[in-house]
Amino acid sequence: MGHADPLDEGALRALVPRVLAALVRRGEDFDSAEDALQEALLEALRVWPEHPPRDPRAWLATVATRRLVDARRSAAARARREEGTSAEPQPVDTEEGDDTLFLLFCCCHPDLAPASQVALTLRAVGGLTTREIADAFFVPEATMAQRISRAKRALAGRRLDQPGDLAVVLRVLYLVYNAGHSGKVDLAAEAIRLARQLTLATAEPEARGLLALMLLNHARRPARLDGEGRIVPLDRQDRGLWDTRRIAEGVRVLQSALAVQRPGRYQIQAAIAALHDDAERAEETDWPQILAWYDDLVALSDDPVRQDPAGVLGRAVAVGHVLGAAAGLRETERLRAVLGERHRWHAVRGHLHELGGDLPAAARAYADAASRATDVAERDHLIRSAARARAAARG
Amino acid sequence: MPKYLLLKHYRGGPEQHRPFPPMDQWAPEDVEAHFAFLTHVGELLEGSGELVDVQALTPAQTWVRYGGPDAAPVTTDGPLPETSDLVAGWYLVDVESRERAVEIAAHISSEPGPGGAPLCEWIDVREVMSHAPADD
Repeated sequence: MGHADPLDEGALRALVPRVLAALVRRGEDFDSAEDALQEALLEALRVWPEHPPRDPRAWLATVATRRLVDARRSAAARARREEGTSAEPQPVDTEEGDDTLFLLFCCCHPDLAPASQVALTLRAVGGLTTREIADAFFVPEATMAQRISRAKRALAGRRLDQPGDLAVVLRVLYLVYNAGHSGKVDLAAEAIRLARQLTLATAEPEARGLLALMLLNHARRPARLDGEGRIVPLDRQDRGLWDTRRIAEGVRVLQSALAVQRPGRYQIQAAIAALHDDAERAEETDWPQILAWYDDLVALSDDPVRQDPAGVLGRAVAVGHVLGAAAGLRETERLRAVLGERHRWHAVRGHLHELGGDLPAAARAYADAASRATDVAERDHLIRSAARARAAARG
Repeated sequence: MPKYLLLKHYRGGPEQHRPFPPMDQWAPEDVEAHFAFLTHVGELLEGSGELVDVQALTPAQTWVRYGGPDAAPVTTDGPLPETSDLVAGWYLVDVESRERAVEIAAHISSEPGPGGAPLCEWIDVREVMSHAPADD
């Protein structure tokens, strides 16, 4: 061959959690091992396009180990300590399938702040470089590097060999998913990839519920913005643009989760997303079924208004479609104290007023929502909605 | 090259040259024309290599000050006088000269309003201090 193959970055990054887990399992400390592997990864990105390795995983492990040994040697020289080789590699009993889960538990340690959990997960499990993570969150690379090293310092000395809290892992992956796809790295796609790996490592149905939820929402992404970058609400989307393969996979994953008969909030939200995806036209949406799922969702909390206001708000929309706009608006009233200053509460009320034909009230609610929006595209969409409702009210 | 911050305000500044209602009360086609113009400004500045940053701020404003040892920060989010300044967002541009910054600000201010007429919104032009002292 005259020239090198293009580097398959996806395949490279998929190796990261396996190599890292192997290093940590044989007794290296997480912080140094993760740093060493990041260096190895950067070197791979530099070297592999010209000189692809025969065994990429072994290459990464070897280079990372060399970095660890170098780092230890210089640390030992500095400290002039005799026991500089205390972390002698030990044989390990590795179960490959567990690597991802093991590392997710490390990165999603409950003692870490969510932003740190997200950053660490993307680096240590996702195999992203610090630069890529910084770009995805629109912060300077130095800031992200600091966030990651502080997170790892916080983990130092903690035992990382116990099973962690899966609920935290799921929440972190959902945060990654919702951080979106406006940067150079598609975080939504990355979250789906990680969730897919997670479902291979645990039989917990909520993990599959989360994967299904992401797939079923992600399927609608091609229709969510128009050619000018304007938000297109669900009921106006061109449903022919939805990704039917993703929907089919999401439904399959969801069904296998529901079959376990241990429902949870991700499975329920996925079921609601599936019902939206299932309607060929907005008017065919099965709102009674959606309302039934929302009833199940809010029943998971003792005090839904405080513990799950987003669920109660979503349910209010379903109530509006099933029992009428006035009933939906009454449901939103319960949330006024909790969500009254959030744009979404006003946007939902605008939608319900519009549904009930009260266009002046809809216009006012959309304008109130616009003044509280925290995203430029959403703010612009809400201003458009207000102007449109007002114009329609004038006839 | 000097950098300038071109600030847009929700309120404050000189008296409005051409009073106009809030945008949610404009005709839908005027709203579209306005957004299209802002997209055009962003592309223009990116294309000319002058755009450093563009950001929008939510109107909610909270003033915070140190409350003293062992005390919570003192905050106030209003009500503030209707005439006080409220920044809405900015363009940060890296340009050849102050004249160019003023030219860009005037172009931004020509953004279409109700009926397509220029808004003539006041833009606050501020030079950003550099961190590189000139040789002398």
